Amino acid sequence: MTPTATLLTSSVRLPRPDAKWFVVGAAVALAAWLSSVPLGFLLWQSFMTPETATTPAQLTFDNYLTAYGSVETLRVFGNSVEFAAGSASLAFVVGTFFAWLNERTDTPFKSAFFALSLVPLIIPAILFTVSWILLASPKIGLINVAIQELFATDRVVANIYSMAGMIFVDGLHQSPLAFLMMTAAFRSMDPSLEESALMCGATVWQIALRMTLKLVWPAAAAVFLILFLRAIESFEVPALLGLPVGIEVYTSSIYQAVQTYPSDIGLASSYAVALLVIASLCVYAQSRTAAAVERFSTVTGKGFRPRVMRIGRWRYLGAATFAVYLTVVAALPFLVLLWCSLQKFYVAPSLAALQNVTFDAYRAVFGYPVFASAVWNSLVLSVASATIVALTTAVLCWVVARTKLPGRWLIDNLATLPLMFPGLVLGLAIMVCYLNLGIGVYGTLWIMLIAYVTRFMPYGMRYNSTSLLALHKELEESAIMSGASWGMTFWRVVLPLLKPGLIAGWIYVVIVSVRELSSSILLYSPGSEVLSIMIWEYWQNGQYVELSALGVMLIAALLCLVLLERFASRRFGIASPGV
Amino acid sequence: MLIVKSLYTEYPGDRGQAVRATHDVSFAVPDGKLFTLLGPSGCGKTTTLRSIAGLEVPKSGEISLHGKVVFSSAAGILVPPNRRNFGMVFQSYAIWPHMTVYQNAAFPLQVRRHKPDRKKIADKVMGVLHAVALDDVAERAATKLSGGQQQRLALARALVMEPQLLLLDEPLSNLDAKLRERMRFELKRMQRELALTTVYVTHDQSEALALSHEIAVMSEGRIVQIGSPREIYERPCNRFVADFIGTTNFIDAQVIEETGEGRCRVGTPVGVLNVQCLDRLRRNEAVIVSVRPEDVELSEPELEGTDLDTVCVGVVDAKVFLGEYLDFRVKIGDVVLLARAHPSLRTPVGDRIFVRMRAEKCMALPAASVSVPKA
Repeated sequence: MTPTATLLTSSVRLPRPDAKWFVVGAAVALAAWLSSVPLGFLLWQSFMTPETATTPAQLTFDNYLTAYGSVETLRVFGNSVEFAAGSASLAFVVGTFFAWLNERTDTPFKSAFFALSLVPLIIPAILFTVSWILLASPKIGLINVAIQELFATDRVVANIYSMAGMIFVDGLHQSPLAFLMMTAAFRSMDPSLEESALMCGATVWQIALRMTLKLVWPAAAAVFLILFLRAIESFEVPALLGLPVGIEVYTSSIYQAVQTYPSDIGLASSYAVALLVIASLCVYAQSRTAAAVERFSTVTGKGFRPRVMRIGRWRYLGAATFAVYLTVVAALPFLVLLWCSLQKFYVAPSLAALQNVTFDAYRAVFGYPVFASAVWNSLVLSVASATIVALTTAVLCWVVARTKLPGRWLIDNLATLPLMFPGLVLGLAIMVCYLNLGIGVYGTLWIMLIAYVTRFMPYGMRYNSTSLLALHKELEESAIMSGASWGMTFWRVVLPLLKPGLIAGWIYVVIVSVRELSSSILLYSPGSEVLSIMIWEYWQNGQYVELSALGVMLIAALLCLVLLERFASRRFGIASPGV
Repeated sequence: MLIVKSLYTEYPGDRGQAVRATHDVSFAVPDGKLFTLLGPSGCGKTTTLRSIAGLEVPKSGEISLHGKVVFSSAAGILVPPNRRNFGMVFQSYAIWPHMTVYQNAAFPLQVRRHKPDRKKIADKVMGVLHAVALDDVAERAATKLSGGQQQRLALARALVMEPQLLLLDEPLSNLDAKLRERMRFELKRMQRELALTTVYVTHDQSEALALSHEIAVMSEGRIVQIGSPREIYERPCNRFVADFIGTTNFIDAQVIEETGEGRCRVGTPVGVLNVQCLDRLRRNEAVIVSVRPEDVELSEPELEGTDLDTVCVGVVDAKVFLGEYLDFRVKIGDVVLLARAHPSLRTPVGDRIFVRMRAEKCMALPAASVSVPKA
């Protein structure tokens, strides 16, 4: 027997207690803690009365009775569904139409359109919403002001503070996502199916309706569910557009319940549980349709580009609508913010106003007492959460893909579980959890770091598992055979080979962390403000001009990050791993 | 001497049930010899190799090298793969794409517990790269290498650690036909020069025949026959081995009598044949006669039969010209025989032809060999 040999029991083989199992154990424990413990506290809290100085918390069903025993709640539910369904439908129709136009017809300037349509994804929801307030609010909205001056009337043409306005803004903000996902769906379709319809004598429109649309149906259903889920989780639009006129949905109700004094966390929790149930139903339905997509999959693996339809003169109309769409979804919001940021106070653009262009707002932003710490906090939080997410999920994905550990499917599920927590619900759960645990993270940056890592862990899993599955197992085995320990193999072979996915995922998490608002809003406290919170505060104070200045700078910074990400994934994407 | 003793392995199947991968696999490889595990895919040869490497843990059995046990289920010993110091070349070569040629080859030395100094590593790496003729591309990115170069780099990486044992997992299967033949010679030369104890896994019988000192033919997780390449080819022990190694004709037969000296007479649809037999056979026992196409002699002029060699008359059914030789399909009654002839034989299809089968070239095999998978 050699000194390096290990003892085995004849029936059960326990893993060797070495660095590998320590690292793996730590990563698994972290994922399990982050994704399940706050959820437990949230459920527990929803059955408790508020704790006061005189009376301790007691078990109660009152929260649910209040939340579900009134007509008010029915209205919240109705509003939520109406808003989510409307927004998802708008985003879906717009996104699908442009995806079809771009993928399946001979519309000119396609690649430029594709690149530009990604730009709106960068604009944080709160800035997008604010820009539409500046464009279409009844009193100060540019569109209303312009029309009123033009036709000399007092009529309000567009009122953004309405259910229709909410649906319009949220649907528009989500449409680029729908566009991206439907583009992917169209690309994975076998063109010969459409070609054979063409040979049977069908016209372009008949093919589009009876073949393309039907073939893409399962994928489309999955996309719609994702859009619905994101709309029901959306916080910024209902808070900014709905609350002022009393249109409440789940997310804004949770926020209201927490922000009123004294805050009713039990009630907020019971709303959150309802939202969670709806969200998990969506995720479940989505996973079912995703399975159907695989069955229905028409991808042949040949990877040739689908044939495009000739739509004749319509192509110019197509290009024109695309241009209009991009204006509405990206150019207008950005330009209105830019214009606003260059004024002393918000006025409609005119020659007179042009004389007053000033950089005061930018100066004010830099002079804002919280600005420096907000930038620093955002930077620290995004870099730290991106790094933790990237490394932890790399280990988790490795465990899932490479080991034969019993119950490893559970790890995968645990780490992607936060995907169905709406940001506000996650913020609430974490707040409740660490208020009760009392380990001193509440009110510090740490609690926000915990929230960010939890929230973005699923993205890390997605980036890493794709690249890990593409890695040939023998690349690791040959390192082991060369005498390397597990740690050495992971550090010198696995991580470097995962680099493309790691870097792309890292930058992505940085971007979404900087934009994060709905969890942060329940967790920040004086001293731990981040940039998105600063924007929120500006909005609450009615400082539109400073808000716009900060927004313009933030969008510019995010744009640079996105370009960096695209560069990184292209740069490292070429050196594809595997021989 | 590598000794593998009654190795049993299994893996979990689709529904979680245990699927047997190898069953009672035992063999020994003397020092400096090249031993080949040969068989169709799924026969357990790669599992056996990976068990020796330590990448897979067998259910039971024992593996030892030079008397040092690296795995034993009875004694509870399992040396982890990175402490075994066995060199391995993988089927995909597993060249790390993020490293240069030099870095790839230096890796095994760099991760040693007692890492040699930089100078010593450089000397060793350049030495082994020189041996595989890659020293002039040492600084190149490993992904820029051709298939053959990658294969040599994988070999260099396995050799640089001066392994006690070299494991090769289908190292030639990813190369094109021409290159494969060249690398076959190269590999054989190196193995013989360095006298490295080697276990080689392949499904290609010609590779096995060309390289090995000894071959183990595997089927369905068991070793069917172990022997030198010549033994395996000329004295296959059953129908599976005869069929898997090379091409052969099978003729159903019935034993008439034993004639001594390991020979017997059998009755077949083409007439009475004198054949070799390994086991003692009983009268009237059903057997199969295997005769290789190159041992079926054809002739236009009439041939004389002797006591030992049978001559029969057939008709040319079809023929295929293959350059170096000619494949004939000859019909004798209802039996169709494949024969390999010199290209000078030009008998047209449909003509009569004489066929001679020599006793020492015909092998009687047991008819009821258990569930024979087609290769």
